[in-house]
Amino acid sequence: MKRVKTALNDGHDLFNGGYSVREVPPRSGASPFSKAGWNKQAAQKAGFFLLFMCIFLTLLFLGSIVYFIFAGGGKVLTWGFLTQWPRNAMTEGGIFPALLGTFYLTLGAIIAALPLGLACAVYLCEYTPGNFALNAIRIGINNLAGVPSVVFGLFGLAVFVKFFGFGVSVLSGSLTLGILILPGIISASQEALIAVPNSLREASLALGATRWQTIKKIVLPQALPGILTGVILSVGRAAGETAPILFTAAAFYTRKYPDSPFSEVMALPYHIYALMTEGTHPRQQTAIAYGSALVLLILVLFISGAAVFIRQRQRSING
Amino acid sequence: MKIFLSKERVYAAVFAVLAFACLFFLAGITLVLFKEGLPLFGKVGLGDFLFGSRWYPTHEDAEYGILSLLTGSLWVTAGAMLVCLPLGIGSALYINEIAGDRQKAVLKPLVEILAGIPSIVFGFFGMVVVAPFLQRLLHLPTGLCAFTASLILGIMAVPTICSLSEDALSYVPASYREASLALGATRWETLIKVVLPAAGSGISTAAILGISRIMGETMTVLMVSGGAAIIPHSFFQPVRPLTSTIAAEMGEAAVGSMHYHALFAIALVLFTLTFIFNIAAEILSRRYRIKLGLQR
Amino acid sequence: MDNGIRMRAEGVNFYYGSRPALKDVSLDIHRSQVTSIIGPSGCGKSTFIRLLNRMNDLVPKSRLEGRILLDGEDIHAPETDVVEIRRRVGMVFQKPNPFPKSIYENIKYGLEINGLRDKSLIEQRVVESLKKAALWDEVKGRLYESALRLSGGQQQRLCIARCLAVEPEVILFDEPCASLDPISTSRIEELLMELKRDYTIVIVTHNMQQAARVSGNTAFFLLGEMVEFGRTQDIFTKPRDPRTEAYITGRFG
Repeated sequence: MKRVKTALNDGHDLFNGGYSVREVPPRSGASPFSKAGWNKQAAQKAGFFLLFMCIFLTLLFLGSIVYFIFAGGGKVLTWGFLTQWPRNAMTEGGIFPALLGTFYLTLGAIIAALPLGLACAVYLCEYTPGNFALNAIRIGINNLAGVPSVVFGLFGLAVFVKFFGFGVSVLSGSLTLGILILPGIISASQEALIAVPNSLREASLALGATRWQTIKKIVLPQALPGILTGVILSVGRAAGETAPILFTAAAFYTRKYPDSPFSEVMALPYHIYALMTEGTHPRQQTAIAYGSALVLLILVLFISGAAVFIRQRQRSING
Repeated sequence: MKIFLSKERVYAAVFAVLAFACLFFLAGITLVLFKEGLPLFGKVGLGDFLFGSRWYPTHEDAEYGILSLLTGSLWVTAGAMLVCLPLGIGSALYINEIAGDRQKAVLKPLVEILAGIPSIVFGFFGMVVVAPFLQRLLHLPTGLCAFTASLILGIMAVPTICSLSEDALSYVPASYREASLALGATRWETLIKVVLPAAGSGISTAAILGISRIMGETMTVLMVSGGAAIIPHSFFQPVRPLTSTIAAEMGEAAVGSMHYHALFAIALVLFTLTFIFNIAAEILSRRYRIKLGLQR
Repeated sequence: MDNGIRMRAEGVNFYYGSRPALKDVSLDIHRSQVTSIIGPSGCGKSTFIRLLNRMNDLVPKSRLEGRILLDGEDIHAPETDVVEIRRRVGMVFQKPNPFPKSIYENIKYGLEINGLRDKSLIEQRVVESLKKAALWDEVKGRLYESALRLSGGQQQRLCIARCLAVEPEVILFDEPCASLDPISTSRIEELLMELKRDYTIVIVTHNMQQAARVSGNTAFFLLGEMVEFGRTQDIFTKPRDPRTEAYITGRFG
């Protein structure tokens, strides 16, 4: 620790007991504080403007993406586009099978992840395990959340497609996506469960209910909106992911409807990618890609919007 | 009564087991990556792999050096951070301190919603709009290069950085602001000299998580960065980061071939890097909470 | 305004939205005196004291009628620099709020933002302030440690030192001992007695004995009104208003 050497302390230790105000020699002369009032205000104006530009530019860039997608895709977006199959080597027709595929994959992912994620959240919140378990699981969740999506894809390839032999299929893709969205479901469910006031739990237990009964009949129903928000957000996430399904589920073109969990499927995000990188007729296919991107964007924005809206409502209800 | 008790314990046990699923999957991923990636190192040494600059997995005399891919990832990530950190933190400062209640009520959800735009949409936008534009504007041979990728990735990461930073800023107690203002500081001085430093670790955590996500991003770089596995000398050259290598080549690699193992080895490197970043973020985040006195 | 009056409130009405929080409050703050403001919870005393350094500017949708004068000038006048007002009228808060920086940095901050750049002068000021706040002995060996490691009483004295460093003319204390133990409380009360020689002090307190101990003038607030104002010994021995007497004798509180 540095010993502060000043004019008042030239090595002697003069301080014992308190040091009263009177014994500090009164200062004479003008205050050394610079009268730089206008400088400060100018600096503040400049600074605030800079920050404003940050948010402005951010919204401008993101807004322009939305604008371009709408502009480019709007020309192609018709009811037929959504309900028809692609024709003529993908230069005409619609994207219906891709929509269907995305739907199946997302549904499968939720079916796989929700029970598991909810169970984890319930365990962490309701069964209050010791510090070790809490920390270990938390580290697991945070790290799983940070794994790159392409690594999930490889994992899915090695385990579901090859090892379990499910092949490139809806099943493999759903399971892979399920692991991807698991941390998100756990976090949202945890938030929802913690928000349930303890008084409700105590009331239930005081009536003689077991812990499981309390969870099933009191806590979970109360936490439902929050859990739902988490599910909705995860649906949005799963619908937009490409890398995990690249090797596990997606095909550029399927001839017929997927008739079993073991079929390949088309998927919206993959469709965009494939059209742009494997397509043989760039002009028409870019247009179709625009349309697909628009559909995906609308889907995801709508889903995110719904989830955020529900969450805001919940937060204002809970105060 | 006895039946009840044992049923309850069964439930508890089931939940406990299921709860460890995340750890289980994490371990599983590690295992699989090692299992499928390790065979490569029988053929190629670790040093040659990491620092070799020739990536020719499909040649007769295949070479598996990922230096060019690594530098591609690093350049693109660094470039993206240059874009997303100022914009993201600046936006967070604006929302937290300057925006009035009504503005905040619109901006915060808006940023969260925009954070959900899928990366494929960004990649598509970069490919069909930004790259040709930059190509014309800057007279480049191609618009698909590290610069474009950094730009798009950076913009993509801004909402995430902004949300995380704003959360960190909101944890700074109001009493610090009050104390500073009461001493005669302006709001700007208070923001920059008291609030921002106080939130420093929290914002650093956000930045580290941002780096981690940008590095792991696949589709955007796949479509925009150009795909040339060479060490870049300028930002305007095409590059091929680690992630896009895996995505682009896995389709061609025969299962069980050395190429296949090499791609898994790349995934292992990626996984390790993001793992390190995540641990760093954990440690920082705990230190942040302790600093603010929210945790001992 | 050198009839010994530093600050004056004239006909102050203050509203949070449409709800009146202060009704027609007028009082004088005398130079080099401790003026205490007492009253039950919710009577408006914190609201009032926060008007004196315009901290209530931070409350949205609030409205002020009447004037508050510092050395004869209206502090809410449009051309007044609020930043300068806040330097001249300092505040110590109810809950100690040192910055999450070192002890040294906490005090240095106030000097820096007021334009002091000379390092040795800063050092000197830091030491002086800590001595004036009777904290120097306890921290002189650890100036670069985090301020959050100090005890509650020490943190509050650090906040006082921080406030003193920017050379205020008036110091406002908003229930400064509310979160402190009795020993820390009495140390701060001793400090107040010393500080009043060089500074004008206003203290809000819910502790009547404290007001009786430290202050020369006392104002009694009730439900947003200032009921009575006068010399402390008069207020406590022969209050003129029956409400004052009821509060002082503990019939409500």
